[in-house]
Parts: sequence; C-alpha cells; structure tokens
Amino acid sequence: MTGYIHSRESFGAVDGPGIRYVLFMQGCPMRCKYCHNPDTWNISGGSPVTPAEIIDEYSKNLPFYKNGGITVTGGEPLLQLEFVTELFTLARSQGIHTCLDTSGATFNPNSADSIKKHYALLNQCDLVMLDIKHIDSDKHKALTGMDNSNILAFARHISDMKIPVWIRHVVVPGISDNPQDLTKLGEFIGTLSSLKALDVLPYHTMGVNKYKELGIPYSLENVKPLSEEAAIVAKKHILDGLRLVRSKV
Amino acid sequence: MNPNKEYWSDFEGGTWQKEIHVRSFIRHNFTPYDGDEAFLENPTPDTLKLWEQVLELMRQEREAGGVLDMDTKVISTITSHAPGYIDKDKEKIVGLQTDKPLKRALMPYGGIRMAEKACRDNGYEIDPEIKTFFETHRKTHNAGVFDAYTPEMRACRRSHIITGLPDAYGRGRIIGDYRRVALYGVDRLIEDKKAQKETTRSAMYSEIIRDREELSEQIRALEALKTMALSYGFDISKPARDTKEAIQWLYFGYLAAIKEQNGAAMSLGRTSTFLDIYAERDLKRGTYTEKEIQEMVDHFIMKLRLVKFARTPEYNALFSGDPQWVTESIGGVAIDGRHMVTKMSYRYLHTLTNLGPAPEPNLTVLWSLRLPESFKRYCARLSIETSSIQYENDDLMRFNHGDDYAIACCVSSMKVGKEMQFFGARANLAKCLLYAINGGVDEISGEQIAPEFRPITSEYLDFDEVMKKYDEMMKWLAGVYVNTLNIIHYMHDKYCYEKIQMALHDKKVTRWFATGIAGLSVVADSLSAIKYAKVKVIRNSSGIAVDYEVEGDFPKYGNDDDRVDSIAYDIVHRFMEHIRKNHTYRGSIPTTSILTITSNVVYGKNTGSTPDGRKRGEAFAPGANPMHRRDINGAVASLSSVSKLPFRDAQDGISNTFSIIPGALGKDDRIFAGDIEIDLGCESGGCLSPTLFEGLDDNNSNQEEKQ
Repeated sequence: MTGYIHSRESFGAVDGPGIRYVLFMQGCPMRCKYCHNPDTWNISGGSPVTPAEIIDEYSKNLPFYKNGGITVTGGEPLLQLEFVTELFTLARSQGIHTCLDTSGATFNPNSADSIKKHYALLNQCDLVMLDIKHIDSDKHKALTGMDNSNILAFARHISDMKIPVWIRHVVVPGISDNPQDLTKLGEFIGTLSSLKALDVLPYHTMGVNKYKELGIPYSLENVKPLSEEAAIVAKKHILDGLRLVRSKV
Repeated sequence: MNPNKEYWSDFEGGTWQKEIHVRSFIRHNFTPYDGDEAFLENPTPDTLKLWEQVLELMRQEREAGGVLDMDTKVISTITSHAPGYIDKDKEKIVGLQTDKPLKRALMPYGGIRMAEKACRDNGYEIDPEIKTFFETHRKTHNAGVFDAYTPEMRACRRSHIITGLPDAYGRGRIIGDYRRVALYGVDRLIEDKKAQKETTRSAMYSEIIRDREELSEQIRALEALKTMALSYGFDISKPARDTKEAIQWLYFGYLAAIKEQNGAAMSLGRTSTFLDIYAERDLKRGTYTEKEIQEMVDHFIMKLRLVKFARTPEYNALFSGDPQWVTESIGGVAIDGRHMVTKMSYRYLHTLTNLGPAPEPNLTVLWSLRLPESFKRYCARLSIETSSIQYENDDLMRFNHGDDYAIACCVSSMKVGKEMQFFGARANLAKCLLYAINGGVDEISGEQIAPEFRPITSEYLDFDEVMKKYDEMMKWLAGVYVNTLNIIHYMHDKYCYEKIQMALHDKKVTRWFATGIAGLSVVADSLSAIKYAKVKVIRNSSGIAVDYEVEGDFPKYGNDDDRVDSIAYDIVHRFMEHIRKNHTYRGSIPTTSILTITSNVVYGKNTGSTPDGRKRGEAFAPGANPMHRRDINGAVASLSSVSKLPFRDAQDGISNTFSIIPGALGKDDRIFAGDIEIDLGCESGGCLSPTLFEGLDDNNSNQEEKQ
C-alpha cells in the first residue's frame, strides 16, 4: 500500500516520548487559522512511500530511537487511515512504539464503517496525541472550519479503548485563551480515563512565511505569539478544570 | 625502601611505583562516583572576589580592542618572567604566563614575522634588537620551512589547495602528561630522562644524535620548571603531598608549556580523575573539606581561563575567535569496565556554575553509554544551562586509545604521555576535483599548479572518466601534501622544539601524522550529481571549466542515502590510501581528519564553482557536515550519513557541526528528550486524583526501564 507524505523528520524530540521518527502525511481536511504547516493541506500532493520503506529507514538508525518510536502526523494522518494502519501494524510487529498525532477530524461516530476503521488503527497505537483545538463547538468551527462534536466523540472512543492519550492544545491569544473555555476543556479531558499528559502549546508565528510562499492569505496577521508565561497560566486553567472533575469522581 | 613513602602513603601500589606510569596509579586508586551533584559546594567569598577581578580585567581587555598588554622585549621561556598574580593573598593556586594577568608573551621561535605582526596588529612594536637577532643570528621554524619548500609546495600553498599549514606558527596538539609532575616530583622525572639518555644507542646516526640532543633539552626544561616553581615559593622536586599541591604541581607543568609554546592547541589532558585520588585521600584524612577542594579547583580553572597568546587577526579569522583549546577530557570508561566519573569530574564541571559559563578551558566529556545515569543527567542539565560542554564518543575512541587518552584541540585523541601528534592542517579535496577536470590548472588563477594532466573536454561530465582523473589527482595532492608536512615537522622539531611537553612523555613516543580533508560534502554531492543527474560544463575563453549546470535531481549527502554516502566513504578511504603511500617524518603513523569547524568559509572563498551546483566563493560545509540545506530528513538521517564515514581512515576526528533551536529538543526543563514531564502541579495542595497519579507513575517507570 502506498501513502503520500509531505516529509519526514528523523529527529523528532517533541512529538511523543523519546527521540522519534516523524512522518508528516500529506493532506488535511481542516483549515486551522494558526496552522504552521499549510504546505501539508493539499490532498493531491506528496511523495509516495510504502510502510516497508519507512520501517527500513527507521530500522537503519535504531540506536537513536531506543526510547522513542514512530510518530505519524501531518497534515491529517487519518485521511490515509489504511496506510497508517498498515504501517503501525508492521511497526508493532517489530516492537516499535507507535504514536498517532491527530485532530480526530475524520471520525464519524454515526457510521459503523468509520468506527470499525478507526478502531483497527487505534488498536495499533501505543499512544495517541489528540489535538483539541477548542472546547466550544462554535468557536472550534470558526477557528478550523469544522465543529468539534466528532473530535470529542473520538476522544471518548480512545478513552473507552484505554489507549494512552496526550491532549495537545494550542493557545492563541484572543481565540483560545479564554479562562472559562480552558477550564471547560480541563473538565472534558479530566473524564478521559487513559489521559497521560497535557501538552499546552503557545501560538507562534514561525509558519507565517510559508503562507507568503504559497500565496495563501494569513488571517491571524495581527495576532502576536503567546508568551511562555501566558501558556503556563492557560495550562493552570485547564488543570483547574481537570482537578475539579477528578475530585468529584 | 620506597623513597616516596611520605608522599604515597595510603595509595595502592603497582607498576606506577617502579616506573613512570600514571595510568597504573589511576587504575589502582580511583574511586568511581555514582551519586549526584548534591555534594558540590558554592564558591567561597575569596573565589567570588578573585573572579570579579578577573572579569574586570577581561572587560578592560575587550575595551582595549582584544589585547590588554603585550610583552615586546622579553622572549618567553619557562623562567623568563617574575611571578605574576591576580591577588596573591586570595589565590589558592598560583602562576601566570607572564608577570601580569592577560599580558601576552612574546614567542618568536615559530616565526619572527608572525610574532612581529601579532604585536603590530594589536598596536605594539617588538624591540628592534629582538627582530634583528632572529633575522640574522637565530633561525626560526618559519625560516627553516621556507628554505626547504619546493616551488610546487609554494604553488599549492598560494592556490589554497593546501591551506592553514602550521609553517609560520606553533603546531600545538601535543599534550604533556602534567600529572607526572604531581605524582613523581620533578627530580624523579629528571632521573628518568637521564637514564633514557644513557641508554641511547652508541652508533651516532642522525636520529640518535637528535634523540640525545632532545633529551638534553628536556632535562634542561625540567630544571627550568623547578626554578619557575621556586620563584612562586614552591619546591616541586618531590611529589605532591596533598590535593592542593597536586593541583599546583600539575598546573606548574602546564604553565611551563604555555610559557614556552604558542601552539595551535595547548590542551591540558585528562586530569580530573587523577586529582580526585588526592582529594579522596584528603577527605578521608580530614586534611581538606569539600569546600576547600572546590575552591582550589575553582582557582585552578580560573587560571586556565586566563591563558592567552599573541596572535594575528588572520589567525583569529581562520580559527574563528581567539581560541587556546585548553581541552580537558572528563569521564569515560576504564578498560576493566568501571566508569571513570569521579567527584572531581563533577567539581571541574561545577566551575561552570561557580564562575559562570566559558568556552575555555574546553571541558570535554568522554561520553559512553555506560556513564552513570546521574552524571549523564548532570551534564545534560549543565549543557542546557551553560552551553559550555563538549562531548565526544568514548565508546569509539577507547577501542584504539585505551582508557588514558585525552583530546588535543577539539577532537584529536592521544594516549597521554605516550602519543603525540604532528598537526597537519587540510587539503582541499573540492579544489582537487576541479584540478582533475581542468588538468591541474587552477580554476581561479588559471595557473598550472598540478602536473599537466589531460583535462576533461566533453560537454557533459562522465562519472567514470572524472573518477579516474580525480583518483590520479588525489594521488598527486597526497604526495605534495605529506611532503610539505614532512618539512614543517622536521623544522618545528629543529627550531621550535616542545621541550617541556616532550619531557613529560615517554622516551618512545608514538607519533600520529595528522592530515586533513576539506570540502568532503562538496565532492560527494558533485560526484553524485555527475553520476545520477547530468552535469554540463561551462568553460571560459581559455577553455577552463569555471561553472557547471546540473540537469535533474541527484541524491545528496546528509539524507542517509547509501547511493551518495558510499561516495563520501570511498573518497575518504581513497585519499587516505594515497596518503599512506608516502614516507612520513619520524616514523609517524598517518591519519586524517574531516573537521574544519570554521575555516570552511575560507576554503570555500578560494574555490571555484563545483559540479554540485555550489557557486564560486560559496562556503563549504564545516567538517563532515552535509552542505547547508541539502539534508532535508532531519538530524538522525543527517548524522547517519556522517557516521558511515570510515573512522579507521579518519582517526584524527570527524566533526559534524549541528545546531538546533532549544524548543525542538524538548520543552521546559526536560533534560532528555525521553523524559516526559507531566507537571500537574501540586502547588494547590496535592489534589490530584489517585487514578491519574498511578497512570503517570507507570508512564515514568516504563521510561526508566527502557533506558
């Protein structure tokens, strides 16, 4: 089976535990305003690779990855769900730690077929990093072009399957830094039984140049990067919500 | 009877008591330390005051344009200057290169013109009598070399196919075993050298005559070392009695070397674990407290931070700054499997906290998978905080050099007191490729430099044809290069001999004949382009190939792609084989390095366009690095390409300069990328739910196990 990738990063230190081989899949259904990889959006591009080739490349440099593994991100890896499933199945058969970095956008809780396919993939994941862009569905839609109901359902589904999950949340000034929303997000993720970590990422502007190169207008032109301090405050709000819901259990 | 009982009591005996053998002493006596950094002490008030004074001096030096003071009259020798101090009453360890801190010494034996220029460029004039003396009565290394150079060697130098040769300055890269001064005292070392002199062969071949003359020089240098120490009030004829003396004796040995030689790298060796044996003994005996020992170490390191030489702006441009390469090798693993991290390893590194970060001394951790975890974490944390630690692969170097080697300069490994190196600069292999294409004509000057081989005349380059001609041209280059170095080292031994450093070596020394390669990734990519894409030659009106057009894509070195990585491997191996075909001075063993760390800019400037698409004058990649922005698959792939290069052909070192933004390495204060820092914050009173806690704990312990 052939997958289409945007690029690979052989030294990924921030996309899951350890040093990881990170595969950036081509294509994404979302159009998040702050996305720093707009060059991965286009669904028709990418270079073809097979799971065996990826495992080959990975295995050549095994010593680097002894505490790490493979992370598939994008783009949105779930757009090439069958490919990722095959890749992870092969990886797991060789004892390689697999991590899926996703927004969960393709999941459809009302379709048996969708549930089945996502179930097959999740079964091959050692870790899921789920990016929840916004807890408020309307604001989520404004930010990404899609509402968040399927994504939250996907989170619940991961939790039900007891797959370890890290929640990632990008804090954008004026968009996703509202304390009430953050606390609400904390309350939601507090109910996920397999939650292992929370990763709060301050919004940065390192991707802006790519927009210029691609000729895509950048809608957050006037938004400044979030300071580290503000990110810590945001994290506190989320943890507040998390503790609140956990103390009730 | 052991005459040194008084000094050596409580040490475990061994070969080291019968002969000069520091490694044996270390092996029998060192105490590996598995604990963490909690025992370390803060700086004392004296240390802080002294350091303030040093910082003030350094500030003045910067304000004065980089040099505070220079000696223009007194030629530096081991005993040339009266004792110098920063603040005598506060200094636990004493000794300066001249009579004042940061006053640069005059060292003309490498070359009088260089010494003169170093002064002039910094606003000083050397005493005209000294100048006359060295021009008419006393020849220098530089003058000797130019007397012997052939026209071909001069042409190679002029056209920059061989660059950075140590023919006008001190070659450096020799590490005296300064520990011997502390362990044995100078008298025992002199006795040993006298015995060596008495046992030379009696038929007077020139080598034997040279040996005898050198041994006499060494003995005199050791006598001078005693005199110099005495001027500071220390009698170092006998072994050191305690930690303070051990550090002081050892430092005097090193100080003698830097008073005598302005070498391109004046490294310290591997002293921390040695000194720890004294510290352990003193702690047990109650002679000194931890605080006192750290104070001595702080003052010692402070001295090493003050080491300076008189140099020209061109020299500083080539080496990027004003480096001394006071390299100290820390840690590593012993042949018997024990790691060699001691409390002293921590104390040395702790100076980065007590005195603040600094590039010198170049603290180098000999890294092994088998170093204790707590030390690894300490190093990593300190690296994050200070960016001042260099790491080298002990697992790789131990295989060839055992467990008592040290690093000279940045990567050259040698057994302390048993091996030395003839430093050999670099040959420009990218320019050599252009010579192969142009039949030995320089692509910039149009001058015939190499023998007039038949140039390539086709419109498109053919891989087999280029490779055949390139191999011939490398063979020629290796010949001129090695013979140029033969002259340089002959003359350096003759006119600028490293007396004290060699006095702190065994009689029979293994000499490494170092050569070097510049432009490896340019060559690899060029040959890959010729092989896998189409390369069209653009010639000027005189028929010289001056530019290239690459049609199509080709595999680029730095992406873990064997198609091109194997070319890089092949080039290193071939060139080294050509080097090996030549006679090397003084029975030295040829080796090479791929480690231009800064001079790659200068090499690039003097090299025309190359078939990989690099334009004339563009910088080469440093060392064995892939060309800038051509490695697109991340660091591991890039490093893997580099790691395929044959270390046994390039034992003098392969460097890969690699920088990364801190955020890409990890978040917050995570020390290793493998650490998952999940801080749910107990600041509000430990209200985490138990479920979450357990989950987190599991996660962490799994990580530990995997490591």
